[in-house]
Amino acid sequence: MALSWLLLILLALAVIGYFIGRSRALASAGGDARDLHSLPSYYGYNVALSALVPALGLLIVWLLAQPMIVNSTVSGMIPDGVIAEGTDRGLVLSEVRRVADGLDGAVALGAITEAQANNAEADIEALTQQLKDAGQVLTQDITKPILVAAQMYRSMTATGTVVMRILVLLVALIGAAVSYVRTNKDFRARNFVEQGVLALLLLAASIAILTTVGIVLSMFFETLNFFQLHDWKDFFFGSTWAPNFRGGSELSILPLLWGTLYISVIALLVAVPIGLFAAIYLSEYASGAVRSIAKPLLEILAGIPTIVYGLFALLTVGPALVSLFGDGGVLGVGWMASSNAVLTAGLVMGIMLIPFVSSLSDDIINAVPQSMRDGSLGLGATHSETVRQVVLPAALPGIVGAVLLAASRAIGETMIVVMAAGAIAKFSGNPFEAMTTITTRIVSQLTGDTDFASAETLVAFALGLTLFVITLGLNIFALYIVRKYREQYE
Amino acid sequence: MTDLTQAPAPAAKPKSGSLFEKDMRTKRRNAAESRFKMYGIAAIGIGLVMLTVLVTNIVTAGLGAFQQTYLELDVTLLESKLDKKGERNLDDIKKVSTFGYAPLVSAALESEVERLDIQTDLKPKKMAGILSKDALSKLRDYVISNPDEIGETVSFRFLLNSRVDGYVKGRVTRESIANDKSITAEQLDFVDQLMAAGVLYKAFNPDFIFGSDASDQRPEAAGIGVSMLGSLFMMLVVLALALPIGVAASIYLEEFAPQNRLTDIIEVNISNLAAVPSIVFGILGLAVFINYMHLPTSAPLVGGLVLTLMTLPTIIISTRASLKAVPPSIRDAALGVGASKMQAVFHHVLPLAAPGILTGTIIGLAQALGETAPLLLIGMVGFIASNPPDGIVAGFLSPNSAMPAQIYEWSKRADPAFYERAWGGIIILLVFLVTMNTIAVILRRRFERRW
Amino acid sequence: MNDMSRVEKTVDSKAIKIAANNVQVYYGDTHAIKDVNVEIEDKTVTAFIGPSGCGKSTFLRCLNRMNDTIDTCRVTGDILLDGEDIYDKRVDPVQLRAKVGMVFQKPNPFPKSIYDNVAYGPRIHGLAKNKAELHEIVEKSLRRGAIWDEVKDRLDAPGTGLSGGQQQRLCIARAVATEPEVLLMDEPCSALDPIATAQVEELIDELRSRYSVVIVTHSMQQAARVSQKTAFFHLGNLVEFGETGQIFTNPEDPRTESYITGRIG
Repeated sequence: MALSWLLLILLALAVIGYFIGRSRALASAGGDARDLHSLPSYYGYNVALSALVPALGLLIVWLLAQPMIVNSTVSGMIPDGVIAEGTDRGLVLSEVRRVADGLDGAVALGAITEAQANNAEADIEALTQQLKDAGQVLTQDITKPILVAAQMYRSMTATGTVVMRILVLLVALIGAAVSYVRTNKDFRARNFVEQGVLALLLLAASIAILTTVGIVLSMFFETLNFFQLHDWKDFFFGSTWAPNFRGGSELSILPLLWGTLYISVIALLVAVPIGLFAAIYLSEYASGAVRSIAKPLLEILAGIPTIVYGLFALLTVGPALVSLFGDGGVLGVGWMASSNAVLTAGLVMGIMLIPFVSSLSDDIINAVPQSMRDGSLGLGATHSETVRQVVLPAALPGIVGAVLLAASRAIGETMIVVMAAGAIAKFSGNPFEAMTTITTRIVSQLTGDTDFASAETLVAFALGLTLFVITLGLNIFALYIVRKYREQYE
Repeated sequence: MTDLTQAPAPAAKPKSGSLFEKDMRTKRRNAAESRFKMYGIAAIGIGLVMLTVLVTNIVTAGLGAFQQTYLELDVTLLESKLDKKGERNLDDIKKVSTFGYAPLVSAALESEVERLDIQTDLKPKKMAGILSKDALSKLRDYVISNPDEIGETVSFRFLLNSRVDGYVKGRVTRESIANDKSITAEQLDFVDQLMAAGVLYKAFNPDFIFGSDASDQRPEAAGIGVSMLGSLFMMLVVLALALPIGVAASIYLEEFAPQNRLTDIIEVNISNLAAVPSIVFGILGLAVFINYMHLPTSAPLVGGLVLTLMTLPTIIISTRASLKAVPPSIRDAALGVGASKMQAVFHHVLPLAAPGILTGTIIGLAQALGETAPLLLIGMVGFIASNPPDGIVAGFLSPNSAMPAQIYEWSKRADPAFYERAWGGIIILLVFLVTMNTIAVILRRRFERRW
Repeated sequence: MNDMSRVEKTVDSKAIKIAANNVQVYYGDTHAIKDVNVEIEDKTVTAFIGPSGCGKSTFLRCLNRMNDTIDTCRVTGDILLDGEDIYDKRVDPVQLRAKVGMVFQKPNPFPKSIYDNVAYGPRIHGLAKNKAELHEIVEKSLRRGAIWDEVKDRLDAPGTGLSGGQQQRLCIARAVATEPEVLLMDEPCSALDPIATAQVEELIDELRSRYSVVIVTHSMQQAARVSQKTAFFHLGNLVEFGETGQIFTNPEDPRTESYITGRIG
């Protein structure tokens, strides 16, 4: 709430700045806007931006940096003795934060006073009871060092917030004042404002880089933590996935990778032939009317959210497959025990990927120059001979790129496999068995009660990073192929 | 014409066979041609059949959720049970738990059976077993908010439990409940009798659309309304952040960016982010927004931030396409009359590209609305969205679910009655998506300009 | 004068390979070719000249039904190949195109090896019984395309790697490989430099001994150099058709004269 007030005040400052800047400029030109270097509004924008941008920049940097500084200070205060066997500093630190949050909550409810909360000599048992009475969540008993650290945490955070508010407002005022003073009829306000806007545009564009950096860093450090708790050789080269929350887990990515690839291959076996033939028909044979109906209809399949496919797999396709291949099924083969299976997930994912493959291939087939087709038809080839022997070979690199992009989609797909693939990690070639995938395990390790100091939770970050690297590699390679292909015919 | 062409000339002797006769090889090749064409038709057919199956499946499985089975019952709110002191003191009334209301309902059912002259061997308690657990708490809520009506006889429309509802809708049969402890065949006979008498009927269920989620025991009371609000607040965040940032980034890249390393890096990043699996964005959200910045778990604000990062590439790509579609002559014209480059872009190019940008934004939002995977990681699943948020700030910050997350949650629950809810939720979700995409298509058609 | 008439006589006596009667072509509502009558002789190079958009290429593409690939295109009238109407329902365009080969404006070798480019036609039409025969056809065709000496050592290299002139001669060799009776050439030299053009023109002159060649050209000089007969098209009409020498020296129609002297076009 306090933050939104601060933002409102900044906004108000900017609006006021706009009007006083504008009127000052006009006044300096004796009320004749023609004597100004720039339009009057630019002088207003100049003051408003000078007030707003540096202050907001400071605010964002401060908000990002403060937790880091407070954490490292408080973390330094915790004596090594407090860190119990089997836990680490991070875990204690989160306990400290919980206590601090508890104190905050209790003060807010009026259960304890500010003075009580800050009393380092307080009776710990009484305080714990008071906090619990106030409905605050505490997982373990508060100890003296933790209480002290929590109090330090609170005071640093509180001071930091106050200082931040003052500094931000000060920066805004100074910015507005400096630009106000500089405002006169010869000041090149437009150039100044445009420079500022350009910088903001660049900043917006850089968010793409920041996101990538954020993705990599957020997973990289946790992955490093994971490799301190767990042998990296077991992760990459082990053969068993058996997480155990009491410790001693075997966490190898290989069985998960196997499941992921198996399901993706089935999906591609469904999607590539159907998608490719659909694309060939649409781009080579279909009349304009058929194309204008069939193409958007197929693309509806691409717009359907994955949760729908997940439900379709879980509740419709899975049971249907069991009634075919299961015990007492129509075929009487009894191969399929449960509706969760590689085949279920693969089939449904294949359906999802049909429009993806078909619209990419359609574009690529259309990029093959008409002169190639003419050349072949002119020699007396039939249309299908032309497609098979001239158009497709010419489009091959592009189609390979499209298939790779589809593969990357399949590997990263989450909802369908979470709902329909199952949870058992194993190496098996039987498509009627349940298997699990990288994305499924990420979801299961990171939902529910998670403890960010255990290898069983942190493994999700290592899995995520591996997934990211695999899909990124596939994408870059595929986009490269497709671009090369397009350049060839441009 | 010259007289040369008129000169009679002998027709040349055909070297090979007549064109009018197809040789064997040509016949074979033509057969291959039609086969090949058939493969294409079959492929499109399979795709369309899948689409039809999917849509039919959704509609048939989901429409049921919009109807619910109700029982109309006149309940006498006995003072002796609800307010023994007779002082209408709210605190006293509140002391009566939901179980305290059970006898009232049983009695009401009993008298209803008598009134309708229904023959049944069921005990009153068993009769009441066909009602939803929700019925008693509804009754209690009513009494607490209208204490004056204690002693009166009030007409209620109660929900029936999910088995009875399933029976009326045809999902549950006498065979399928053979091993079901929560309902007996006699109770179903009773349901048939009530239905014949017209007090038990199926009706449109607005609570599914506007209501809140319910606990595992009461699928008949679960609704998607609160998670719809969660989705709404998330979309507001996405719209407020992704649109300005996306447009600003596109303007920079399309109009101002110099040909240098930084621009290349940005471009590569954007095209790759568009293909990063959505779950990875979930990990990012968990690590950065929740673990590092300590934003509240399960909050639509966090969901919105994650979806913003996910949607940005889509919006940037479509915005750049529509900026590119504005012909350079417009820019030249503005520059020619002495506008700065910035003015040319903001005064002329951007307004002309606006419909395209809007279309791209709506499509990006539609994508974000249906996204589930990243929401799993930031705690928007497994949470029972039982109360609508009070106020706008709470809407952004207090824990909530979102439509696709709610659907996933229902799909995980044990009672198959929730599956109907999940399909119904999908119908609502798809109605939103179809509406958004239709608006986008209309916008595109309406404002499409050919230069 | 006497000599001249004798030459004309020998030309006269050649058989009619293709005869077009009252041919009309429409693209949707556009009437692209209006009532064209023409007779194309065997073992002769016939040139179609005219300003761009006059319909000469459209008419050429009617001769092997390449216009079938355009949905909106409609052809009426008769085009007889050896006395058989090629637009008859019983005619399979695939068989027709094997008899009437085509070379295009831009060299369009397939993204395959030089060998496979030439072998493509014989393979789809099943002209070779075995590999040795196919080799023979490929070599013969490349020789007829006057490119054998340049490519005989790199038959496995991609056809797209050749120079423009070589590519066009490769395309001609590819067209020749299916043993056609008529060769249609749609501005075959417009994408080539003068030296390559000269090579291709020389080749066209050699091809005359075996095939009936129809060439659409933008260049009057080229028409004069390679053809024996010339047809002048203007706005979809066949304005004048006759001996090349006569068309260029003594045109009958004033429009032909205007075009040849450079006043229209």
